Amino acid sequence: MKSLIAQSHSLSDPDVQLDIINNHNEKIKSLARFEQKLDEIDLFPLKPTGIEIFQINVGYMCNMTCKHCHVDAGPDRKEIMTRETLELCLDALNHEQITTVDLTGGAPEMNPHFRWFVDEVSKLGKHIIVRSNLTILDTRKFEDLPQFMADRGVEITCSLPFYSKRRTDTQRGEGTYDKSMKVLKILNEIGYGKDENLQLNLVYNPVGAFLPPDQESLQEDYKERLWNDHGIVFNELYTITNLPISRYLNFLLMSDNLEEYMEKLITSFNPGAAQGVMCRNTISIGWDGTLYDCDFNQMLKMQTNHGSPDHIKDWDLERLNNREIMVNQHCFGCTAGAGSSCGGAVT
Amino acid sequence: MEKTYYNPKDLKKFGNVSDFQKELGDKFFDYYNTVFADSALSAKEKSLIALAVAHAVQCPYCIDAYTEESLEKGFSEEQMMEAVHVATAIRGGASLVHGVQMMNKVDKLSM
Repeated sequence: MKSLIAQSHSLSDPDVQLDIINNHNEKIKSLARFEQKLDEIDLFPLKPTGIEIFQINVGYMCNMTCKHCHVDAGPDRKEIMTRETLELCLDALNHEQITTVDLTGGAPEMNPHFRWFVDEVSKLGKHIIVRSNLTILDTRKFEDLPQFMADRGVEITCSLPFYSKRRTDTQRGEGTYDKSMKVLKILNEIGYGKDENLQLNLVYNPVGAFLPPDQESLQEDYKERLWNDHGIVFNELYTITNLPISRYLNFLLMSDNLEEYMEKLITSFNPGAAQGVMCRNTISIGWDGTLYDCDFNQMLKMQTNHGSPDHIKDWDLERLNNREIMVNQHCFGCTAGAGSSCGGAVT
Repeated sequence: MEKTYYNPKDLKKFGNVSDFQKELGDKFFDYYNTVFADSALSAKEKSLIALAVAHAVQCPYCIDAYTEESLEKGFSEEQMMEAVHVATAIRGGASLVHGVQMMNKVDKLSM
């Protein structure tokens, strides 16, 4: 499967995506606006609580082409962060307020400077999270990475949309489940999920147009099934809601689920979740150094605005701590039900 | 007026039944919400029971609603289909067990 951008698909254009989730038809136009819902609870304009998590998207290249991917990542994506930009990131994140460096992609491991960068961040004493698709670690070029990451105490947060093969392979491609189980066993063997310093977390996201289950309850199911079926252990399960952008938006349109899904997100708006949205303590850095409030805004090219710096070369922590966060209708995905973030439910 | 008996969008109008009889409607929905709350059985367990019953009573609205609910409660496709088979087994068994009555009658009428 090619990425939307390689297909020259209209949905690869962020403006088209934003137009659809705002104006697709009269029903969509009639739905409540995210700004309005925030305003009702005195949260608009949305302001950060302080940047603690420095999330870097080191490139959109990936060995997989998942059906729901909000990045539209895949083997045909060539956008990769350069060493020069990574060096600018190192300068910026070297501040005590920033405790965590979160590496995402694409497959972040595919950035040619990945190992060097992890080493440099590790020297700064920051907690490092790598968002792995697992299957990349089942390739010869990257098979030594689990030990490399273990040696540096890197937390691995990996995708596993369900504990069953059927649903996992439906979303992520045939054979993904078996490869994922193989890599999880390798990670367990070197201590991930067992040693308290080697955190191994899994990410669930719905394979379809519905909201995630209760995180705690689903974690129990995952733990039981993965242990009974494969002898696999892990630390936390994070449930993440699919936001209506990119390939997932394409799915919603093609399956005639857009209206109902948007309505569901909006009727499930949870003020408590809105208080804890991840953009309030996170900054997202794009492969070219552009700054965003989150990885979803990054994919919609909604860079930081309202006068705050919008590129890593102009980094100014104080001004970014006091920026106004850019929001749009997709943000309802992070405030529905128990809420959703890169660390799972927020309430 | 719809030209079909069932319209999926009508499910969202379920609450409108209170428009014609508010007191009974309110009592029903209050009862309904209490039934599906976490209690001796979890809300999760109740959603799967509801899915099975929806098939037994063959209510298309209920099937739509509790299929989505079961997915959102974290059930797998296999678990959901097994619940439908439970409903099917009870329905089939309910017919078949009457075969005993037929056999009794045959015995009574036969020489």
